[in-house]
Amino acid sequence: MIEVKDIYKTFGENEVLKGITATFKTGKNNLIIGGSGSGKTTMLKCIVGLHEPTKGQVFFEGENFTEMDFEQRVPIRTQIGMLFQNSALFDSMTVEENIMFPLNLFTNQTIQEKRDRANFCLERVNLKGRNKLYPSELSGGMKKRVGIARAISMEPKFLFVDEPNSGLDPKTSILIDELIAELTVEYNMTTVVVTHDMNSVMGIGDHIIFLHQGQKWWEGSNKEIAHTDNQELNDFVFASKFMQAAKEKL
Amino acid sequence: MFTSFGKYILLLRLSFKRPEKFKVYWAEVMREMVSVGIGSLGIIAIISVFIGAATTIQVAFQLASPLVPLSIAGKISRDSNILEFSPTISSLVLAGRVGSNFASQIGTMRVTEQIDALEIMGVNAPGYLISPKIIAGVSMVPVLVIMSICLGITGGYIACLAGSEITPADYVAGVVDGFDGLTIRVALVKAVVFGFLIASICSYQGFYTSGGALEVGQSATRGVVYSCVMILFADLVITRLML
Repeated sequence: MIEVKDIYKTFGENEVLKGITATFKTGKNNLIIGGSGSGKTTMLKCIVGLHEPTKGQVFFEGENFTEMDFEQRVPIRTQIGMLFQNSALFDSMTVEENIMFPLNLFTNQTIQEKRDRANFCLERVNLKGRNKLYPSELSGGMKKRVGIARAISMEPKFLFVDEPNSGLDPKTSILIDELIAELTVEYNMTTVVVTHDMNSVMGIGDHIIFLHQGQKWWEGSNKEIAHTDNQELNDFVFASKFMQAAKEKL
Repeated sequence: MFTSFGKYILLLRLSFKRPEKFKVYWAEVMREMVSVGIGSLGIIAIISVFIGAATTIQVAFQLASPLVPLSIAGKISRDSNILEFSPTISSLVLAGRVGSNFASQIGTMRVTEQIDALEIMGVNAPGYLISPKIIAGVSMVPVLVIMSICLGITGGYIACLAGSEITPADYVAGVVDGFDGLTIRVALVKAVVFGFLIASICSYQGFYTSGGALEVGQSATRGVVYSCVMILFADLVITRLML
């Protein structure tokens, strides 16, 4: 479980996060949604420690992550897997080397054990046999899947995903969403997904937090979202005619 | 300027923190050494031979007097190569070739979130990315400078063979006459310092890149310009202190 308590983040004079408190549950797909500039990615970066919050605290399984220094954070970070918006695969390494990278640094496994783990992770994301390819030889969807394989290589307890569907076709987007949802259950992870893709929201949103102007505006599940009377959330979720039509059928 | 200098010092401190696993870092050091050393052999060889040849011809031309023995041209050419041309010119060229590579490589990793990915995994990103480059710079630039000195002197000999300003025998006599080991020590100290400056300044510029492709290019340019200026400044200081 991850708890965020009264988080503020300011860049210069621009206050991006304004006192957000939230709890992300274990074994659930926790989605952070909101329009562009609402503070979704900043919040994610504050949680994982890429940004230090101006005020407020983040707790991983009750441990105060915000107050830890780099060394103290390492044991928690080895339990974190993250999929970045552009996958952030290491260009100079093959797919297999990318997946084995955290294993090389933080485990004492033999080469064969690491290879086996890499193969298992690749098979899990349906990329069996692509070990020797470089990131430049992969499509956007394949990069995302390799990113997921790398994220789960250390069997993490926490999975963070930033815009998993950006730049992907609808079919691949759904496959990625399903993969994230399956892995969340399989590893009993606390998964936090930042997205503005409505298919993701309706498909895998066990627990959704809607951010608006740097504040938590609404919280609930994908089943509750269709019946909310929150104006800003309705404007965001049902902005398209397609979604309006879908809402009328619900 | 003081803020940047402070950030530079802090980054260097982080770069030399205890690595998570020596084996992984060692592999990176080897990779960088090959990139800096083997990768720069060609360009260093070419400029060294040409500068050595041109220096010898110019010195011989300027000393064309019956009162001055021709072998002195070989001596001046040798000392100029050892003390100035090989360490300084080679390092300026290396700042362009290696430094821009370091800055753009790290800068690209920054803007494509690869450095964030390292940090999320719990890896000390400055240590993993910058320390192997600094070690490669400090160890390989002296090797390249020694090679450059040898090739520069060989270039002078080739110029003597091809021209008529000075005979090869006079040149060789000048090269071996009154050789002082201090000049080699000065050249090596310069090479080590220049190697450190190139790797650290360019890595710093790359590490603090923000934005996109345009900013990566600007970081690489800044890295090369700042390293060149610092190389020339350090050249003056080392020369003043050691000679």
